[in-house]
Amino acid sequence: MTNHRMLHKRKSSLGNKIFVFLNTIFMVLFVIITLYPVWNTLVLAFNDGTDALRGGLYLWPRKWTFQNYITVLHKKNLLVGAYISVARTVIGTLTALAANALLAYIVSRKRFIFKRQLSLFWVITMYVNGGMIPVFLLYKGLGLTNSFLVYIIPGMVGAFNMMVIRTYMVGLPDSLEESAQLDGAGDLVIFTKIISPLCKPVYATIALFCAVGHWNSWFDAMLYNRMNANLTTLQYELMKLLSSVSNQSNSVESMKNAVAAVTPTSVRSAATILTMLPIVCLYPFLQRYFVTGLTIGGVKG
Amino acid sequence: MASIGKVKKERINWKEIKKQKVLLLLSAGYVIYGFIFCYLPLAGWLMAFENYKPKAGFFHSEFIGLGKFRQLFLDDGFIHVIRNTLAMGVINLVTTMVAAIVFAILLNEVKSQGGKKVVQTISYLPHFLSWIIVTGILHDALSGTGIVNDLLVRFQLLKEPLNFFAYPKYFWWIVAFANVWKETGWNAIIYLASITAIDTSLYEAAAIDGAGRWARIKYITLPGIKPTIIILLLMNSGNVLNAGFEVQYLLGNGLVQSVSQTIDIYVLKWGISQGDYSLGTAAGIFKSVVSISIILIANEMAKRAGEERLF
Repeated sequence: MTNHRMLHKRKSSLGNKIFVFLNTIFMVLFVIITLYPVWNTLVLAFNDGTDALRGGLYLWPRKWTFQNYITVLHKKNLLVGAYISVARTVIGTLTALAANALLAYIVSRKRFIFKRQLSLFWVITMYVNGGMIPVFLLYKGLGLTNSFLVYIIPGMVGAFNMMVIRTYMVGLPDSLEESAQLDGAGDLVIFTKIISPLCKPVYATIALFCAVGHWNSWFDAMLYNRMNANLTTLQYELMKLLSSVSNQSNSVESMKNAVAAVTPTSVRSAATILTMLPIVCLYPFLQRYFVTGLTIGGVKG
Repeated sequence: MASIGKVKKERINWKEIKKQKVLLLLSAGYVIYGFIFCYLPLAGWLMAFENYKPKAGFFHSEFIGLGKFRQLFLDDGFIHVIRNTLAMGVINLVTTMVAAIVFAILLNEVKSQGGKKVVQTISYLPHFLSWIIVTGILHDALSGTGIVNDLLVRFQLLKEPLNFFAYPKYFWWIVAFANVWKETGWNAIIYLASITAIDTSLYEAAAIDGAGRWARIKYITLPGIKPTIIILLLMNSGNVLNAGFEVQYLLGNGLVQSVSQTIDIYVLKWGISQGDYSLGTAAGIFKSVVSISIILIANEMAKRAGEERLF
């Protein structure tokens, strides 16, 4: 009996060891597959462009150079794109956060008579929308095309983000609001002075969602502001760089570049690195907010 | 007695309205904004039933009923587009969900807290990179001189480098892989959260009964996260047709056009580039109606099966 038990235990601990071993290998492979493509782009971005054409560049640059970055930083369209991307990320995030937070405050007031109807009005927009063409014509009609405002105004209120904030606000104790009301505070004072300071974690989450969305978007630049080179965004310029690389290899520009020891591929790698730089740098500090936000919105909501 | 109560209630309501005037005014602003940006475009659906001419405008274009829809379904190209959108939508839905669930369960089995945290933090980094960057990297990796070809040739699985983007048979799987690479870690967050919510005493009891690791995963973890899986499946099922734009647009090329074009790309091509607003709108309506139908049907099926549901 005891023998049998011991045998069983040994067997299961062996199985256990194999599982732990295989699972560790799986996790290591997962990390490599996730990080390696980014690392390889970094290697290409620091390597001499013509040298890179020989292939075989995997872990470390063979012929170091900053020329790729210098070329990128001399491209006017990329600089304009970077400027617009930063502007839309900052302005767009602040306005979207304020707009979503205020709406969340309104629909999370238990005393508000239309709270249910107003919630429903916004939840419906998550499932039903007019589609690309009507929206395009609407923006055109409103004069939002060929304008910076198309990046800011239409996407300001998002039902999903609003509902995440609302869920958080509903979880705050009612007594806070009641005592402020007894002191004669109006809604705007309660919102800015009482509720908002307590919502910092969820505000951080939503601000980050919005900021990443703004930083990464390119389709609106292409669809609404293609005609205006001064309103382009960094991602859209990067996209044009990518499609030009896959389509041309012997244009005048690439021949000109070949002399300067940069190739379209190496320049693109440098541009890719510069574009992801803000996200990768801020990521370790901000990533905990992403997780809290998603679990608040997903599990409770 | 009852009538007095009623009158009293009404009086309080008026008082309430006065008291809530700030909230009401602000709400009015949000309703106007939402009406313009979210509901007004729905009126544009009228265009699908007209031969819309920008010059004639909305109200004076010729009304042609279902003509544009007939044109749509008589176009072989559009039938292919529907097939592509549905196929890629379903493949992506299944592969990304399975990958996320498997990853979450395996990550949960990692005993070292530090290691778990590092892996998880790294795992959702790709979610924050734009599709432009991700498809650019993928292009590099799968190109003739890229690492994938290099490895395949080195290990003699291929005789010579293969341009994966030139063959229609690979395209759907490349798209699926791109989605799995980008979203697995992110999607796993929600499953990990619901695994953490499972009562640990269940595992302890199972361990005493001699249940091995597989038995615990099969009989405790999976049933424990089933409600989450079903809710996410329902939510994502409505997005099956929406998940077909960026990747396909950025990775597609002339050689794989027959399998890469999706409804959104079709709308962009015919509606915006060719200026046939009516046809583009009709295709958009088709997409919306199918999406909403899928979500309602899936919800009803979940209800019948006695599972979690959205509404």
